[in-house]
Amino acid sequence: MSKTERPSRARAAEHPGGRDQSRDSARLAVRKTYKLYIGGAFPRSESGRSYVVTSSKGDFLANASKASRKDARDAVTAARKAFGGWSGATPYNRGQVLYRVAEMLESRRAQFAAELSETGTKKAGEVVDAAVDRLVWYAGWADKIAAVTGSTNPVAGPYFNVSSPEPTGVVAVVAPDEPLLGLVSVIAPVIVTGNTCVVIASERAPLPSITLAEVLATSDLPAGVVNVLTGSVKEIAPWLAAHMDVNALDLTGVGDENLAIACEEAAAENLKRVFRPGKTDWSADPGTRRLTAFLETKTVWHPTGA
Amino acid sequence: MFEYAPAPESRDVVDIQPSYGLFIDGEFADGTGKSFKTINPASEEVLAEVATASEEDVDRAVQAARKAFGTWSAMPGSERAKYLFRIARIIQERSRELAVLESLDNGKPIRESRDVDLPLVAAHFFYYAGWADKLGYAGYGADPRPLGVAGQVIPWNFPLLMLAWKIAPALACGNTVVLKPAETTPLTALLFAEICRQADLPPGVVNIVTGAGETGAALVNHPDVNKVAFTGSTEVGRQIARSVAGSGKKVTLELGGKAANIVFEDAALDQAVEGIVNGIFFNQGHVCCAGSRLLVQESIATELLDSLKRRLGTLRLGDPLDKNTDIGAINSAAQLAKIRELSDAGELEGADRWSPACSLPDKGFWFPPTIFTGVAQSHRIAREEVFGPVLSVLTFRTPDEAVEKANNTPFGLSAGVWTEKGSRILWMASKLRAGVVWSNTFNRFDPTSPFGGYKESGYGREGGRHGLEAYLDV
Repeated sequence: MSKTERPSRARAAEHPGGRDQSRDSARLAVRKTYKLYIGGAFPRSESGRSYVVTSSKGDFLANASKASRKDARDAVTAARKAFGGWSGATPYNRGQVLYRVAEMLESRRAQFAAELSETGTKKAGEVVDAAVDRLVWYAGWADKIAAVTGSTNPVAGPYFNVSSPEPTGVVAVVAPDEPLLGLVSVIAPVIVTGNTCVVIASERAPLPSITLAEVLATSDLPAGVVNVLTGSVKEIAPWLAAHMDVNALDLTGVGDENLAIACEEAAAENLKRVFRPGKTDWSADPGTRRLTAFLETKTVWHPTGA
Repeated sequence: MFEYAPAPESRDVVDIQPSYGLFIDGEFADGTGKSFKTINPASEEVLAEVATASEEDVDRAVQAARKAFGTWSAMPGSERAKYLFRIARIIQERSRELAVLESLDNGKPIRESRDVDLPLVAAHFFYYAGWADKLGYAGYGADPRPLGVAGQVIPWNFPLLMLAWKIAPALACGNTVVLKPAETTPLTALLFAEICRQADLPPGVVNIVTGAGETGAALVNHPDVNKVAFTGSTEVGRQIARSVAGSGKKVTLELGGKAANIVFEDAALDQAVEGIVNGIFFNQGHVCCAGSRLLVQESIATELLDSLKRRLGTLRLGDPLDKNTDIGAINSAAQLAKIRELSDAGELEGADRWSPACSLPDKGFWFPPTIFTGVAQSHRIAREEVFGPVLSVLTFRTPDEAVEKANNTPFGLSAGVWTEKGSRILWMASKLRAGVVWSNTFNRFDPTSPFGGYKESGYGREGGRHGLEAYLDV
């Protein structure tokens, strides 16, 4: 795959949801219907609503599903159902699956570059490359994070005592307005450690998120590990923040200060872990803080002696 | 059974002043709020009058801590370490005095304050003293920075131990602190203030403000506090989480629990019985990680309960200063009322209540060790934290059922597993959603060992390398 940008017509033609090519070709393009991604399936919003997504130039791209509170609840249910199996999978296995996601993303490089260009992303091909590389980087963490954050504790007594990290549970993530690199940068650290998640995609540019869901759906990732909602952040986020079966909240993508505070307050009800990192440079080395934000430390004691 | 002659510890080793002020900027100062009395819960005797810190007093304390932060955080870690080592040594030197005062103000048996609390308090200062000049090796980067002023609010169940858990890591990392002890147990924190002076700790590095919930709220909500650390009830933890929303303050919460103590049929029964007793009757059950739900495999339930009841018959309840006492006083009238309310609810909901023959002193706040059998998961005594010497007994048949029942709670602080089968211990430990899992033991603590909860038992860890994270900008 060439790393240079393709001419815009060819790009649009590769992009099933892109602008209609009928005006200057004999064939009418088959457009993609963008739906939600819940429990491994692609349902429409139960509310029947959609909203118009336009390109950065203002052209119509698609009617995206506008998720409702019920869709958010269904997504949490799916994420909870998936948690036992995914958190119980071996770290080696989770790393393999994440690497598989990177492989599948790489194979769709042109499509993502085209979709990102529509959102106004500059050097879209390089952004896709960075997203692939980030997935590969996080994939490698799966079987190492326990060694870095765990410990054996030399207690003053005859006990074997060891602390190891475990996933927090179901994480609700508000993705940043960085449609691909930002999105994989918030999803990968959550799931590589064994959590499952419900993600509210970038409201402005939701289409690459659903296309990423297609990648996830074909990457051996068990159904429900990642669930993607499109629609109004302001409308859905408070429900997830208040949901009693959500264990943690990633507010990375919430720009509105009042909304963020409301979400933090709602999260207090069942003492969700709240992660709110402030402005993030997505091209920088992410470090481990996104991994550790969604981990618990479990300490196990046992007496020693023959 | 043997009768023991009383063996009281002398209270002459401790000199209680009639009234105490606040400790701000290295000096004891009057509070501007209405003062209150702290009493001995075993006798209802007034021990001392204690100042209430008003919002204004809290502000002065935070300002003192802010001013001290500059020099304290800039000081070489090796120097900070020496201060902490000094404090640890003075605690050891004065440990008998501290233990007696702790038992007087809290009601816990001297055997526990002397043999458990005080050694652990000193150990925490020693442990974190050693980190002060080694923070670059803790795994948070080469030069991790402190957060600033830490506002710390601690409970009445382990007044000095909780103080140590909060102050030692905060100071080691270069933060300064304003600490509010619990309303019913302020005396050992004020004695600790004197220890800070003996250690020549720079003024303002440690400030102690006494008072009730309002003082705590003023501290937590103070705009110049960078870090909030709280140990206490889930209800108050929730309020704190809500009140700091949007403030950017770093928060750690160590909240309630409803731990399952799970006994399999192959467990060493005598050891398990000791573990159950230690799990729920240690410190009168005033322990957030107390093993308050006994889950026993159905096949051995009768045998285990018979042994447990026999063992409870040997527990000695009474004067906390008597070295033979196993069960001391309930910390306050309010707590006693709460224990009574939940126990009554247990009976009303159909569980069977049992206590050994046990005479209670006439004065003070007392509750006999109590077991409820025939408990259903829906009963309040199986769901709510009693924070008293009350054990709920449930049964299970399979390991899967044990896991399901153990995890059927919004809390996730601790759990116990009793079985001789190693693979089952490891399997159970991995399935239990709790921050600490004690296998074939219970209620063990150590400064090198991280402690903290899952779910509504709060967030963050105290102890070990993990405990540093709460006080560093990472």
